[in-house]
Amino acid sequence: MIKISEVYKTYNEGQVSEVKALNGINLNIAEGDYTVIVGSNGSGKSTLLNIIAGSVLPTSGTIMLDNENITKLPDHQRSKWLARVFQNPLSGTASGLSIIDNFRLAAIRTQPKGLKIGISDHFAQQVKDKIATLGLGLEDKINQQMGTLSGGQRQALTLLMSVMDSCKVILLDEPTAALDPRSANIVMQTADKIVKEFNLTAILITHNLKDAYTYGNRLIQMGEGQLMRDLNTAEKEKLQQNQLFEWFS
Amino acid sequence: MDFYLTALLQGLCLSAIALGVYLSMKIFNIPDITTDGSYTLGGVVTATMLTHQQSLWLTIPAVLVIGGIAGAVTGLIHTKLKINALLAGILVMTALYSVNLKILGRSNVPLLNTASIFNWLNITADPNQNSLVILLIVVILLVAVIGYLLKTDFGIAMRATGDSEQMIRAMGVNTDRMKITGLALANGLTALSGFMMTQFQGFADINMGIGIVITGLGSVIIAETLINWLRITSVVWSLILVVGGAIVFQMVLAVTLSIGVDANLLKLVTAVFVLLIVSLPRLSFRRQHD
Ligand SMILES: Nc1ncnc2c1ncn2[C@@H]1O[C@H](COP(=O)(O)OP(=O)(O)OP(=O)(O)O)[C@@H](O)[C@H]1O
Ligand SMILES: [Mg+2]
Repeated sequence: MIKISEVYKTYNEGQVSEVKALNGINLNIAEGDYTVIVGSNGSGKSTLLNIIAGSVLPTSGTIMLDNENITKLPDHQRSKWLARVFQNPLSGTASGLSIIDNFRLAAIRTQPKGLKIGISDHFAQQVKDKIATLGLGLEDKINQQMGTLSGGQRQALTLLMSVMDSCKVILLDEPTAALDPRSANIVMQTADKIVKEFNLTAILITHNLKDAYTYGNRLIQMGEGQLMRDLNTAEKEKLQQNQLFEWFS
Repeated sequence: MDFYLTALLQGLCLSAIALGVYLSMKIFNIPDITTDGSYTLGGVVTATMLTHQQSLWLTIPAVLVIGGIAGAVTGLIHTKLKINALLAGILVMTALYSVNLKILGRSNVPLLNTASIFNWLNITADPNQNSLVILLIVVILLVAVIGYLLKTDFGIAMRATGDSEQMIRAMGVNTDRMKITGLALANGLTALSGFMMTQFQGFADINMGIGIVITGLGSVIIAETLINWLRITSVVWSLILVVGGAIVFQMVLAVTLSIGVDANLLKLVTAVFVLLIVSLPRLSFRRQHD
């Protein structure tokens, strides 16, 4: 599904502030895999995810998606395959727009945004039904501005929005970092549910080792811009939670 | 009384600028000051075409397109060369001064016995009332079209571009292209104000655009104050209030002149007035929360 070969990324090349964020990443992600990436701060996790999403371009190396070379494709053109949930709950949704406007954009993520009015009663009902599955009571507030919701509510809605239109890959960069434990739980479970229901290929970055242990079928540890550990499904199942904690001690 | 009617008519002539500034500043979150140049551009294109016996129905699209091109150039400089929007606007505005002078041929061209949008319909004998009706038709049409546009899928994407760029790119929108389109639209509207005003005052002048961006800005800020105060979320109502802002703005200037303020001080009065409406909400806010 996703094939990353010999990817290097250097920020501010040639300047004093030069940072080698990725140092020769080779990674193959199979369709339907739910890969969890852990690693200390600054190890290059977000850079890797941004390179897959196209919001950062690699210094060298190639990225293939479904056998298509997408290395040079800008982010807005990759959105036909990819949906994203950002660490900052404010980044995945537009605060000044209503919930339904946000969902309308999500529903046509892979399509041109034309000069017709797409929000109908039928569409509103569809959105309400979807939102009701979250159990957060937001289905009656679809005309409310997104900015009036809490970070957790917005993050949960961002997840739902990602599967409003066809989607193959979902990239989750610390989606629960800004949330309280209860909201974090709702978001993680919603993510797990939609990944299974829509058979998505998912990549999750997290600092929460319990989540890393619980979710996904592949576990990668990054350090200094490289892959340090890479556990497949069988290896991940054998892994004990305390072993995982020892990786970081 | 005629005095206020004139102010009302001027406010309506300038409401297209206010709508344009509302698009660039509030919808796209880009401070665009190409306005001074594109307003004059609209005026000089109008005067030149009408004095060359071109039809009104050719002049209107020409004004919209040429104003749009001016905005698109600012957009291109801003997005492709990554130059600060204010600077990009100043550059285009400065360049437009020469362009405008070239088009107009001299610094002032009067419109004598030329076609005029204000003669398009003859509803009442009173020319001012007739102008009022025509201006209302134009403004209602503008509000309806922009209101519709902002509700379409494209319009939602426009609004999201000014709100959260990261989000809308993840939704598959080329934000550069969107901003260029937005600035083109805003300056097309601004040029349309130049078109209306030139015919209303009966001449085009190379300096007619100086400081006009402040008029647009002031109108939008008045509207915004009302929008926040009345907690308005409807797009169409926001647009109507922007038109209202443009009218209030001209009324205030008319009052200032009527109480005997020197006309040479008008720009100063305008600037102080905008400063007041910008700062008043903040001052009263601070008092409440300190
Ligand atoms: N836009 C940028 N410009 C310059 N340096 C950057 C930029 N983005 C990231 N870096 C640097 O690249 C390195 C890797 O950053 P990255 O954000 O990928 O780490 P991370 O693993 O996601 O860390 P965290 O767990 O803190 O989110 C860091 O040293 C960081 O300072
Ligand atoms: Mg990160």
